[in-house]
Amino acid sequence: MSLRNPSSTSPLRAAPVADGATRIAIYVALVALSLAAPFLFQGIVTQLAFLWLMILFALTWDILGGQTGYNSFGNVLFFGLGCYAATVVQRDTHLPYFVALAAGMGLSALVALLAAGVLGPLILGMRGQYFAICTLGLSIAAADLFAGWEFVGAGSGIVPALYPGPVDERNRFFYYVLLALATITFVTFRLLYRTRFGAAINAIRDDEDKADAMGLHTTRYKVAAWMLAALFLGLAGGPVAGLVGFVDPRDLAFAGATFGVWMVLMAVLGGKGTLWGPVIGAAIFHATQEFFWTYLFGWQRVAMGILIVAIVVFFPLGIMGGLRARWPQWFGEVVDEAARPARADEGGVGDERVA
Amino acid sequence: MDNLQILVAAPVFNLQLLVDGVLIGSVFALAAYGMGLVWGVMRIINIAQGEFVMLGGYVALHAAGAGIPPLATIPIAAIVLYLLGWMLYRAVLFRLVDRDLFTSILATFGLSILLQQIANQVFGANVRSLDSGLGTLSFGDGQITVAEIKLVAFGAVLVLGAALVLFLKTSRLGQALRATAQNAAAARILGIDTDRVYAATFALNAGICGAAGALVAMTWIIHPYLGLTYTVRAFMIVVVAGLGNLPAIAASGAALGIAEQYAGFLLGTEFQTAFLFSLLVVILVARQLALHRQRLYLK
Amino acid sequence: MNALLEVDRVSKAFGGVIANRAVSLSVPAGSIVGLIGPNGSGKTTLFSSIVGLHPVDAGAIRFDGRDITTLRVGEIARLGLIRTFQQTRVYRAMSCLRNLQISAPLARPSIRSVFAPFSAEVTDRAETLLDFVGLYEKRQLRAGSLSFGQQKLLEFAMALMNEPKMLLLDEPTAGINPTLINALLERLRRANTQFGITLLVIEHNMRAIMRLAGHVYCLAHGELIAAGTPEEIQRDPQVLEAYLGAH
Repeated sequence: MSLRNPSSTSPLRAAPVADGATRIAIYVALVALSLAAPFLFQGIVTQLAFLWLMILFALTWDILGGQTGYNSFGNVLFFGLGCYAATVVQRDTHLPYFVALAAGMGLSALVALLAAGVLGPLILGMRGQYFAICTLGLSIAAADLFAGWEFVGAGSGIVPALYPGPVDERNRFFYYVLLALATITFVTFRLLYRTRFGAAINAIRDDEDKADAMGLHTTRYKVAAWMLAALFLGLAGGPVAGLVGFVDPRDLAFAGATFGVWMVLMAVLGGKGTLWGPVIGAAIFHATQEFFWTYLFGWQRVAMGILIVAIVVFFPLGIMGGLRARWPQWFGEVVDEAARPARADEGGVGDERVA
Repeated sequence: MDNLQILVAAPVFNLQLLVDGVLIGSVFALAAYGMGLVWGVMRIINIAQGEFVMLGGYVALHAAGAGIPPLATIPIAAIVLYLLGWMLYRAVLFRLVDRDLFTSILATFGLSILLQQIANQVFGANVRSLDSGLGTLSFGDGQITVAEIKLVAFGAVLVLGAALVLFLKTSRLGQALRATAQNAAAARILGIDTDRVYAATFALNAGICGAAGALVAMTWIIHPYLGLTYTVRAFMIVVVAGLGNLPAIAASGAALGIAEQYAGFLLGTEFQTAFLFSLLVVILVARQLALHRQRLYLK
Repeated sequence: MNALLEVDRVSKAFGGVIANRAVSLSVPAGSIVGLIGPNGSGKTTLFSSIVGLHPVDAGAIRFDGRDITTLRVGEIARLGLIRTFQQTRVYRAMSCLRNLQISAPLARPSIRSVFAPFSAEVTDRAETLLDFVGLYEKRQLRAGSLSFGQQKLLEFAMALMNEPKMLLLDEPTAGINPTLINALLERLRRANTQFGITLLVIEHNMRAIMRLAGHVYCLAHGELIAAGTPEEIQRDPQVLEAYLGAH
């Protein structure tokens, strides 16, 4: 017996901000712009490539942080493992450049998945601050360990293979690789958030004890989420190493003080637990990064600290979260107009009807 | 490994590591006690704990540079940091007290970055230390040396620790603190101004760290980036020893100090921080597994 | 009649304080059994032991023929023993519909079933159950925006969605408007007769439990002091003593 009755009148309505056709048009425009960007903005291709990396960073943080409720301060671990794995493959096998890169990325993915799969069950049993601090310790320990490991060049790091072509071409190539990775990450997560998996991790976030008491395999879902994040972070390592040209354990691979912190900040700024929040947060953050660097050099990290405190204390829902609380109808949520407005709880994707 | 052979061949050298470990470990224990106070009363894990220690060290350095006798910089650092702690509470932290855990951890993390980078900009990244003007004691024909300042520091920690415990047990503020830690709502109903208690607790903790920082400046080194290592040390000690359990905190601090000395000696100084953070992970995982058997979890 | 749940001389102490002392009870399949007792009698501790929240010091617990004494909360829930919470816990940021969908059991989790959207079948059943508890109109609302009573109904629907063999209800009428208690009890009864779910109910509300349960156990001071039909329990002098007398 189906109770679905589209003609039933009800005081509850959703009013998404744009209808289907408009939305598709927006997507097409975005895709076209992204593909054309290296030719339109030739001077800043590397920065644009990093924009896609930042989006990937924010999304992979959010699947565990905003969607599952486990705030990792050490996701950069998987990115670093990816950097090193891919570069070692390039160094030690003498395959042609692109083959080595692909193989390297394959190894990166494996290593990252393995790390998350092994560490996950041990560490995801901890909640809240313990998990956060433990992951922080992990990434710093990794940085220090790799900085002392001779096989990978210790503190001097390692140099990936040289791109077989001019610098412009190299930058464009890696721009498209990172664009592809970020897009695949976004699309994958978007699809996943609408499945049973997405509902399960949201349930864990909302009330893990309840989820446990309802028979959900909470550990498996948490580890799966972390492995998904690790996968994309690891894959990104090789391309970034190729783009930057040098893998430094503390400044690139396991760059906790920069990448590691930014991952959290971007997602929170944009609105953790929402689909577009991390994307928007990454875009805004990356754009203002350039500004900070140029004008505040030296004090930019002080500004970063202030920004973190300000956002967390005054603006914890972030941009998308704030919009969602104010106008939930735009997000496909239903508001009971007869009752008082829904509370601004930390957001889940819920029954979003956004495309 | 050569160094391991040294330890076996000349057992007295173990004593040197033990002594150094206990002495430096006492300072860790002090920072841990303060962290436990804030954690227990305000339910906030202060990631910026180490930065308070670091800033205390810089205050001591500058006070000494202004001509103040080294040992007198300890109370000065404590007072300056106490005031800083009070101001930070009034400016930012009071908003964190009733918030969720992620908010408080991210906020104090942001605070730690802020303080660390300000120190980096203002004081420069150079490693510095403060000459206490005291000598070195020698035992067993010079086989074991102990810098006198380390003994003084140890003594200072004991005195401070005793004073703290006494203060918290007997003073009105101390009682208010303990009441608030047990049940803030009940404390408020009984007329305790919990906001002032929180401010005093946070400021007191900052002061404790300030004193610890002055001691670190004299017995070791100070630089803008040592904050996180002290935060992690304090956190580990609290996880192992529990909140407010002074003998356990003292013992854990000593154990950690000794472990670090051995790690530094056997693995080399470049791996000392790797050891520290790896130990953090190991301790947390071990604790988690132990709790798991009782169907509990670290929360 | 087969006992679906058997508690066999279970004891539990917390640091020197004995919360349960050799308590035994048995819940026949298809029945409604009540568990009563004054505050501090150990009902909650026993409840927590049954659902797997802590290990027991002595004794055994069997569910559907299986020994569950050492099993964890999730494992016990997956065997078909579902509990509700006294404070009423639902997934607050998700819609009511999604709350129900995620409560559907997954007999054989596989990559395909986990990483797929909910089937139409699951969604239909979710909507049916929402209708059963009168929340169909509110199915798209955030669970956290419902009133307390509505959340209790939602939690109940979620429990039913899981197709349990047995439901452990922790004070289901607590905090409910007296005028709505009858409706709740009616739904509980229907869950028992219509869906065949065995119920073990902790209750403080005497009238509610006496009307609902076929058999009642009474705890006091950590021990089982009486067991029988509601009428027998109501007349039992030890029960009266436990509730009215000084401890």
